[in-house]
Amino acid sequence: MSAARRIVLTSGKGGVGKTTTTANLGAALALRGKRVVLVDADIGLRNLDLVLGVEKRIVFDLVEVVEGRCQLRQALIKDKRLENLLVLPAAQTRDKTAIGELQMAEVTAQLAELCDYVLIDCPAGIEHGFRNAVAGASEAIIVTTPEVSSIRDADRVIGKLRERGMPVRLVINRLRPEMVRSGDMLSVDDVTDILSAELLGIVPDDEEVIDTTNRGEPVALQTESRLGAIYDKIARRLEGDVVAFTQFGTPGFFGRLFRKAG
Amino acid sequence: MLQFIQRFFGKPPSSATAKERLRLVLLSDHLSLAPDVVEALKHDLIEVISRYLDVDVPHCDVTFEQREKEIAMLANIPILGVHPRPMPPPPAPYAAGPGPAAAQTSVAVADPAPPAAPKPAKPKANGAVNGHRPARRKRRKGMTSGTTAPATT
Amino acid sequence: MHEMVHEEAPAQSAVPRERGRAIVVTSGKGGVGKTTTTANVGAALAAGGASVVLVDADVGLRNLDIVLGLEARVRHHVLDVLENKVTLDDALVTDKRVPSLRLLAAAQTREKDDVDTVAFRDLISSLRDRFDYVLIDCPAGIEKGFVNAIAGADEAIVVCTPEVSAVRDADRVVGLLGDNRSIKLIINRLRPALVRKGKMLSVDDVNGILRLSLLGVVAEAPDVIVSTNRGEPVALDAASPVGEAYRQIAQRISGTLTAPPEVPREPTFFEKLFGSAK
Repeated sequence: MSAARRIVLTSGKGGVGKTTTTANLGAALALRGKRVVLVDADIGLRNLDLVLGVEKRIVFDLVEVVEGRCQLRQALIKDKRLENLLVLPAAQTRDKTAIGELQMAEVTAQLAELCDYVLIDCPAGIEHGFRNAVAGASEAIIVTTPEVSSIRDADRVIGKLRERGMPVRLVINRLRPEMVRSGDMLSVDDVTDILSAELLGIVPDDEEVIDTTNRGEPVALQTESRLGAIYDKIARRLEGDVVAFTQFGTPGFFGRLFRKAG
Repeated sequence: MLQFIQRFFGKPPSSATAKERLRLVLLSDHLSLAPDVVEALKHDLIEVISRYLDVDVPHCDVTFEQREKEIAMLANIPILGVHPRPMPPPPAPYAAGPGPAAAQTSVAVADPAPPAAPKPAKPKANGAVNGHRPARRKRRKGMTSGTTAPATT
Repeated sequence: MHEMVHEEAPAQSAVPRERGRAIVVTSGKGGVGKTTTTANVGAALAAGGASVVLVDADVGLRNLDIVLGLEARVRHHVLDVLENKVTLDDALVTDKRVPSLRLLAAAQTREKDDVDTVAFRDLISSLRDRFDYVLIDCPAGIEKGFVNAIAGADEAIVVCTPEVSAVRDADRVVGLLGDNRSIKLIINRLRPALVRKGKMLSVDDVNGILRLSLLGVVAEAPDVIVSTNRGEPVALDAASPVGEAYRQIAQRISGTLTAPPEVPREPTFFEKLFGSAK
């Protein structure tokens, strides 16, 4: 059995959807029959458990595994809806300095023996927590929104990852096609031009995400829904399939005029 | 171009403004994150200028200034004199190998001829001088030069 | 270039200038609107006549400059000042629109660990001697960046969105802020229609957990994205309802508005038609 792909989901900027993407992409891969382990690397401010609805079933966490106070398998939570999906939660009462890069790399390597994909949910920032999360990974997915601060931070993170020689792909989250059309929001092309990274997926802003997070039920589980279909596409692309990007509407006349001119 | 549009249509859409601002701010961020590149740039610049002019090397400085609509490179090169001997001929254009049609220009940087040499080393057809092929230097997209010496082709 | 930064009290009184207030804007969770809040509350306070300095404590990932549209004017940053490479006056950037608003930017190419907490606290203290308000934009997280940002601030504003992750993180932060600070709450990015449908936490849901004094509630609106695109804080836009929410928050901070905050409501049918409450 070959070891799993180890992918870190990062962004620099907080609140762009790393945790949501980790949970939903993990679910979409599991729905396709892959064995997936999700790791919450946001020690002290854990949220992956909440988004997946497993917060009441946490017994042990990542820090306790690293400190040898439990076996790795004891800390892994099996998702009740998807038998191929496991979650390793973060600690809540510690902070990111509780573990180091070497330890993180070891845990991830162990997890990679058990599954096809290890997805690591990286905390916001580019320091200790980021370095830990990246230490265990061999590939990165950058999550960004089409907003100025988010893109600036994503650029910084891409720079840091490229320094390490890590392949990087981009998920543009919370796109609002109507705002792109009216010229009030950067388009997908704008973002990929600026960041010059390979596009992995485009996820539109959708109020269902708030509701499903409240209930701890990742929207990817609703395979018939708009977002469910999109996360499935992203999963397929990750697997290597060539899948056309959903067209979310291009900028209107004036938007295009300014783009040609600018 | 943005100003032209503004005159006819009023304010450009905010996404166009955002894109332009991001371009500049990321350029600025990249420059401040690459002090080694700036050092190498400064070194090469002084080397090229020194072929024509005597400059006060320790007091040469290269900085980048961010302005509202652009980032400019400013080179402060104190000049001590013009070289008395005949100027060396400009090196042959760098023979570019197969590659994408360049939007960038390469500046061939030849090793400077040592002053004691009876005649300056002639660059070979591929731009090699004294056995060293010059490194390609690409002008970075989006960077406008301030007061710099004209680039040699 | 020297400018009179320090506005003296009228010459009649010999009372020494009252120390300014230092307020940290924090949240735990990233992306809930700390930087937007810092920029807009600061702009509103300054537009109301106060002298305000905004300090970006997000070393390495600075964004306060770009939200204010001042990114092209930043020459020096906090670490340059703390390391005595430049004076404070050299580092302060004056806002384009509101002259009594100043920015002290974060370093972009350094790390949060590079900032000495005690030195930062002393800097905040000296800023309080010069400005009516010192607002500190805190980075996400609870590590060194957070610890530095709260040093020297005896008041805190916690920004929280009506989402479970944000509330959980805000709760953690409130615990870490301790009992020695006045802590107030801003609920950001509320969507009244979703609250009505039961798909989003309500203001009461959120504050039922956090139990803080409420400074204001700001509705989700596309204005904010457009204003960040342009680098023009929405609080300076007289026509914007979000701008108005921030202006009222500023007035509650300064004490000129004592009425409790309103919860934004959904636009009525006519408002949707004629576009008054966007």
